[in-house]
Amino acid sequence: MLKAPTPEVDVGTALPLLDIRNLTVEFATRRGTVQAVKKVNITLAKGETLGIVGESGSGKSVTSYAVMRILDRAGSIAEGSVLFSGLDLRAAPESEMRDLRGREMSMIFQSPRLALNPIRKIGHQIEDVLLQHAQVGNESVADKAIEVLEQVRIARPKERYHAYPFELSGGMCQRVVIALALACRPQLLIADEPTTGLDVTTQKAVMDLVVELTRERGMSTILITHDLGLAAAYCDKVVVMEKGLVVETSPSETIFKAPAHAYTRKLMRATPRPGITLRDLLPEDEAARARPLANKPVLADEAPLLVVENLVKEYPRKGVSTSIKKMFGTTPVPENEVFRAVDGISFTIGRGESVGLVGESGCGKSTTSMMLMRLIDKTSGTIAFGGEDIGAIPARNFATLPQRKKIQMVFQDPTDSLNPRFTAARAIADPLLRLSDISRGALRAKCEELATQVGLPLQFLDRFPHQLSGGQKARVGIARAIALKPDLIILDEPTAALDVSVQAVVLNLLQDLKDELGMSYLFVSHDLNVVRLLCDRVIVMNTGRIVEQGPTQRVMEAPEAAYTRDLLAAIPHPPV
Amino acid sequence: MTETVTIAPVAAPKHSSNSVLSHALYIMKDNPVTGLAFGLFALIALLALFGPYIVPYDPLASNTAQALKAPSMAHWFGTDQLGRDIFSRVIVATRLDFIIAIASVILVFIMGGFAGIAAGFFGGWTDRIVSRIADTIMAFPLFVLAMGIVAALGNTVTNIVIATAIVNFPLYVRVARAEANVRREAGFVQAARLSGNGDYRILLAHILPNIMPIMMVQISLTMGYAILNAAGLSFIGLGVKPPTPEWGIMVAEGAANIISGEWWIALFPGAALMIAVFTFNLLGDGLRDLVDPQRRT
Amino acid sequence: MLTTIGKRLLTVLPTLIGVIIVTFLLTRALPGDPAAYFAGPAASKEAVEQIRVSLGLDKPLPEQFIRYVKDLTQGNLGNSLSTGRPVTTEIVSRLPASAELTLLGLILSMMIAVPLGILAAVKQGSWIDHTCRVVATAGVSLPVFFTGLLLVYVFYYILGWSPAPIGRLDAFTSAPPNYTGFYLIDSLVTGNWETFRATLSQLILPAATLCIFSLAPIARMTRASMLAVLASEFVRTARASGLDGRTVIITYAFRNAMLPVVTTLGMVFSFLLGANVLVEKVFAWPGIGSYAVEALLQSDFAPVQGFVLTMAVLYVLLNLLIDILYGVIDPRVRLEG
Repeated sequence: MLKAPTPEVDVGTALPLLDIRNLTVEFATRRGTVQAVKKVNITLAKGETLGIVGESGSGKSVTSYAVMRILDRAGSIAEGSVLFSGLDLRAAPESEMRDLRGREMSMIFQSPRLALNPIRKIGHQIEDVLLQHAQVGNESVADKAIEVLEQVRIARPKERYHAYPFELSGGMCQRVVIALALACRPQLLIADEPTTGLDVTTQKAVMDLVVELTRERGMSTILITHDLGLAAAYCDKVVVMEKGLVVETSPSETIFKAPAHAYTRKLMRATPRPGITLRDLLPEDEAARARPLANKPVLADEAPLLVVENLVKEYPRKGVSTSIKKMFGTTPVPENEVFRAVDGISFTIGRGESVGLVGESGCGKSTTSMMLMRLIDKTSGTIAFGGEDIGAIPARNFATLPQRKKIQMVFQDPTDSLNPRFTAARAIADPLLRLSDISRGALRAKCEELATQVGLPLQFLDRFPHQLSGGQKARVGIARAIALKPDLIILDEPTAALDVSVQAVVLNLLQDLKDELGMSYLFVSHDLNVVRLLCDRVIVMNTGRIVEQGPTQRVMEAPEAAYTRDLLAAIPHPPV
Repeated sequence: MTETVTIAPVAAPKHSSNSVLSHALYIMKDNPVTGLAFGLFALIALLALFGPYIVPYDPLASNTAQALKAPSMAHWFGTDQLGRDIFSRVIVATRLDFIIAIASVILVFIMGGFAGIAAGFFGGWTDRIVSRIADTIMAFPLFVLAMGIVAALGNTVTNIVIATAIVNFPLYVRVARAEANVRREAGFVQAARLSGNGDYRILLAHILPNIMPIMMVQISLTMGYAILNAAGLSFIGLGVKPPTPEWGIMVAEGAANIISGEWWIALFPGAALMIAVFTFNLLGDGLRDLVDPQRRT
Repeated sequence: MLTTIGKRLLTVLPTLIGVIIVTFLLTRALPGDPAAYFAGPAASKEAVEQIRVSLGLDKPLPEQFIRYVKDLTQGNLGNSLSTGRPVTTEIVSRLPASAELTLLGLILSMMIAVPLGILAAVKQGSWIDHTCRVVATAGVSLPVFFTGLLLVYVFYYILGWSPAPIGRLDAFTSAPPNYTGFYLIDSLVTGNWETFRATLSQLILPAATLCIFSLAPIARMTRASMLAVLASEFVRTARASGLDGRTVIITYAFRNAMLPVVTTLGMVFSFLLGANVLVEKVFAWPGIGSYAVEALLQSDFAPVQGFVLTMAVLYVLLNLLIDILYGVIDPRVRLEG
């Protein structure tokens, strides 16, 4: 057993709980050794909450894995030391580390569902940790596990003890992961992107729980996140990392007010927040160069471009049991065997208007956009586009019709939406070849024109998707969408897979293109802060219905529906 | 996400044009066995093409005075019960075994590949029918079904090819169907639809080229099985008839002599068979590393 | 659990129907005249016609099918042309020999392949890993009849350790009383050690042949799925919670890694049942495989069709068993529906 101090005993204020000095982590890769973390210094006092912020590839997660000594096979600590309550973790034998992990320091990960053993009851998984660290005897371990579940506010813990991870929601799984991490009352909790992939209301609940539990136990916490706003809202101190280096360490209040390092400034500016315009997301020099935002009001008297009325999409509920029951006719099939993903929604989009469609996962916003795109068929209702009910045309015939030109889409994942075997130019040319009568000779010139329009350097046109960065792929996707000069573009979370600095650029590009080409946008997103920047009007959806719609400013400042208020309250509020 | 994953691709956009080649070289260096497999494959292909013209003896000429002689300088692999030169027979047999395997694999690639892609992409009834056929074939132990088919269709080399193709059908359907099914909902397929591509154009221009590399791996992996299957059938006396030189039947001819110590009659054709199958299996693994590094096992 | 099994049983029905249709078509609807086959090459035209009527081959195809199914339900697979004995009796009496051999081969191979695969994954890049890789690739490349002959040459001719490959027992030992038909079990039950030893010494080479053959896919799959699971997030969580190596590998990784391995068993069985035919021929094993091969060479088709059908039904049942086993391990399957 290790003589690490228990949380109740204060060992003196001078000694930090965690002291990372000159830490360098290397990975052996094909192209030789890569330094993922370079000479990093971080200290964490007892009871302190520290945020480590950075974009992908910044080395923030690797730093924490090095602290826990759970780097994968290829990675190793090349230099520096990690002191935990004065103990050198780098030199500690593996058996001692194992004893520390879970008991003195523990970790929660992104994607909670994957972090749990899929075929073991969650109660048993908690017991494994309790028994490993001899927290409790065999006879009372089940009671203790239930108690731990109760502490993370899991309702009916006695029943949930017997549940498997797949029977629980994402938020619930994250609570179980937290329970696992806190079961042995460790002194240090490292949370690696704990809420990425969770809805904003769930994110708030999870973060509040983590903060409450760690505060009341006097624990120290490291929150690793790409979201500067989240870190600033929940942490005492923020460390900003870029390309393996710590570029700035400041208290949360000052990081937004007076960011010292240029990278922090860029990151801070790129983080969407209330009270700013799109241009404010860009770095100062670029923002100055950009042309001012056009402020064209939508013409109210003109007929709307798109009128959706009572749109419904139903899916049959899945399950073997029902089909077998049907086969033998033993039990009558219940009435509500169908699941209404979209439940009678009506709205309009005007010409040149940009409308936000907001909601959490499963609210029906994606299904709605797929129906409007005519990629799937509706169950009932009308979709009138430019006066014609395009909803009546079967989706499988729609692809080759002239109306196809008028509605285009920018997809969520720029990588997935590009054919891996097509070059950028070929991808942009595809709609032109299929749906316009452009001559082969004029094709290349047109592609180059579109690439210039979306700010894609021409030398990238002959590259394949895997040779392009995320931002470049996003530009190709946008160029393809505007190639046919559509009247309406549906933007399906177009920046969700991008880093914030790239997101800032892409959002501005989308705005400029709209002003230039006079298109309408339907911007599908879960992020109200982003929607606020780009949209004139916003529609809020929940469980297949529209709960509120109106001008963006009105909805954001004076929401009428309770659900909208919850959604707004859940957005992390950094100390601006 | 783990940063470890994102480290490598950072540099990727830089060297682009020769990335496939450099990747291939990397794999060879990482696993020299794959290089060996490519070499062996070339050797087998050459023997199949030119074997009959370079062998020292007529593979069918019997010489009872020389029967059952152990390997020597005159007969490198020894002689069999009828005094035929085993070395010549093993070399000449390469072509027949190779042709049986290639023919059956091409046949099943066309049938199974297209049926599978169509099933995965269209779903619905196409899928149900194709899957049902594949499932029914899969319900038989494959070699046993091949025996049954050859027995029913008649004992010929053509029917060996057909039987081998039929028993491989479900494997091809499965791979092609799964790959097409994953891509059916992929972003780039949706995007192709928005660009005005109809179903068939999406299938041929967008999905098929993306599935081809994986199907090529499948071909290489099943080539080995096809050779084994055909040799197994001729070992039990189906298909190829004596005195035609063929590895399976040669092992069968030498089987009786094993217990009296004349090991060379069965050993050399058996070893040839083994090396051929080994080559195709290694080649398949190497190709898989090349095409799909994640699935390395 | 019982309802799940019941439902799974229902899904077997269409497969069985498919199998019966295919075996029926193999005899009747394919080119050539079955009556001429059954009558034999020397039969006169009248004799062929007589057989045609007696087999019902003059009736339309659907009617023949109904008759075929009716015969099947009565366990009638027809008579062997060469011996004149009913195929069913012959298959039933020979089945235990084949089953004993196949099962022993599989058990041996599981006992070696699963630990080998786990070790190879846990110690990735070590000599165990390389051994596993070589064994896996070499194992699938060895033609099973060739392995059998090599083993016979080495262990019978050169070393003289094992008896001649002439069936289940040598000429001097008598078969144990028939309880299960498995000589190993029957001799153990009756406490007849002499017979047990003799049986085992005859069994070990053919079983080892099958074992070497099926080693490769199992070891390969175990290694691959173990590697995938060891790299998974929940194993990382388990490690980050300080669970000891044993718990992580056994309770967390191994049980999850077994799921794809259990699925692979279906494929392994398919290969094993096929390889069994070849091994039986090499070792003169009196099982159903060698029965079918003998009949095949004499153009005696009733035993071949009976054999194909029996194997298919056995295989379907084995797959059913594998599915149920999968459900026992994986709660996600168990609790569905």
